[in-house]
Amino acid sequence: MTIDPKGQPALPLVFQAVSLQIGSTKRLNDLDFKLVAGPLTVLLGPNGAGKTLLLKLCHGILAPSNGRIFWQSPGTLAPNRQAMVFQRPVMLRRSVVANIAYPLILRGMSRAHRATRVAAVLTQTGLGALARRAARTLSAGEQQRLAIARAWSIEPEILFLDEPTANLDPTATHAIEDLISEIARGGTKVLLATNDLGQAKRLAGEILFLHRGRLLEQTSAQAFFDGPADPAARAFLRGELPW
Amino acid sequence: MLADWAVNEFSEAIDTAWALIRSGDPVLVEIVARSLQVSLSAVFCAGLVGLPLGACLALQPFPGRQILLVVLNAAMGLPPVVVGLLLYLLLSRAGPFGFLGLLFSPTAMVLAQTLIVLPIVAALSRQILANLWEEYRESLQSLGASGWQALGTLLWEGRFRLLTVLMAGFGRAMAEVGAVLIVGGNIAHVTRVMTTTIALETSKGNLALALALGLILIVLALVVNGAVFLMQESGKQSVDDN
Repeated sequence: MTIDPKGQPALPLVFQAVSLQIGSTKRLNDLDFKLVAGPLTVLLGPNGAGKTLLLKLCHGILAPSNGRIFWQSPGTLAPNRQAMVFQRPVMLRRSVVANIAYPLILRGMSRAHRATRVAAVLTQTGLGALARRAARTLSAGEQQRLAIARAWSIEPEILFLDEPTANLDPTATHAIEDLISEIARGGTKVLLATNDLGQAKRLAGEILFLHRGRLLEQTSAQAFFDGPADPAARAFLRGELPW
Repeated sequence: MLADWAVNEFSEAIDTAWALIRSGDPVLVEIVARSLQVSLSAVFCAGLVGLPLGACLALQPFPGRQILLVVLNAAMGLPPVVVGLLLYLLLSRAGPFGFLGLLFSPTAMVLAQTLIVLPIVAALSRQILANLWEEYRESLQSLGASGWQALGTLLWEGRFRLLTVLMAGFGRAMAEVGAVLIVGGNIAHVTRVMTTTIALETSKGNLALALALGLILIVLALVVNGAVFLMQESGKQSVDDN
């Protein structure tokens, strides 16, 4: 059951000489890369590197100042085939189920389809027991899980996650990482931004290393952790990246 | 002694009020009903115009928005007598809308109270919706909400707070006397409401009856606000509204 008739795949997502300027500061500089279907990609970089801005560009809620961003299949920027979870997700003042159903209602999905889809998402994300709770009374970890469930409900082909475990304790972090791996294994492309090296090691198939608005590496996770070519990336791995 | 007099007057007022209510005095019932009818109609009209106006001011930048905001905020404190006077000039036989023949009718009173309540509803709902929009904007956009869908979501998410705004407007409408007195004329059985009766009875020296009506007015305000409070609490239990 799909929301969108999926013809050709939306990916790859291509960035061509993309820059983003906010005010008089250039926050992202000359980005050139291609995001292809496959294992989970981690967007790694220190605070302030521009990870969130890059995700928002991918997601389409920011427009580049220069350069081009395009999907192989045109029309993907209509938000039906990709979804994003923000670092501090905003829960609607409704129940857990109503939060998950919300994007489906926006897309005009019939009540019967919706019920089936919401039930499936609840089971897959382990939120079944919380279904009737008010979303804003959930713990931070549960809210993050719900935000992922809500984004995932529309069965996106690609999911953007912005530091999904930034404020969570180790147990909750572990649970969220499990959920993310499961989603990635199910065939959804995940692009996850983090500054947590451990998390990157645990989840990444591919690494994009971003530093001060420049993309310094795009390589397989193994190659990256074995020894990145870029000196800034090497310093970041040693935990001594100069700002 | 003055104190004794006040106590006597007060207890007499309560007795009078109680007797009036218990006997279901038809004149009293009529006055209370008209008060409610006029003020509820005014709040309904003010909500119908004020909520969309507030939403528009919150979400849609347009030229002159800041000026309109300042005017609205200032108009929240508009003295009802002045509103009544302006409306009187417009509706009086010689005025531009005199041909409508609305002066000294309940419709004119609804119109006057609508004008008094409208700035309150528009300005306060704008503030609420602007704050909500700041919080929700990116998420709703990301989830795929169109402009109208986002507006619907905001109104629903803010429903309890917006209801409180309407209550504030209702309180102001019920309590004001200047405007309805001028455009209504306090005509018995036609345009006499609680506040105008209180003013009249007080000037006639009929303090007990005036106080009795005052007490009923206060109890009504308590009942209405209590009902809204209960509604909000039951709402919060299912959906936390923090």
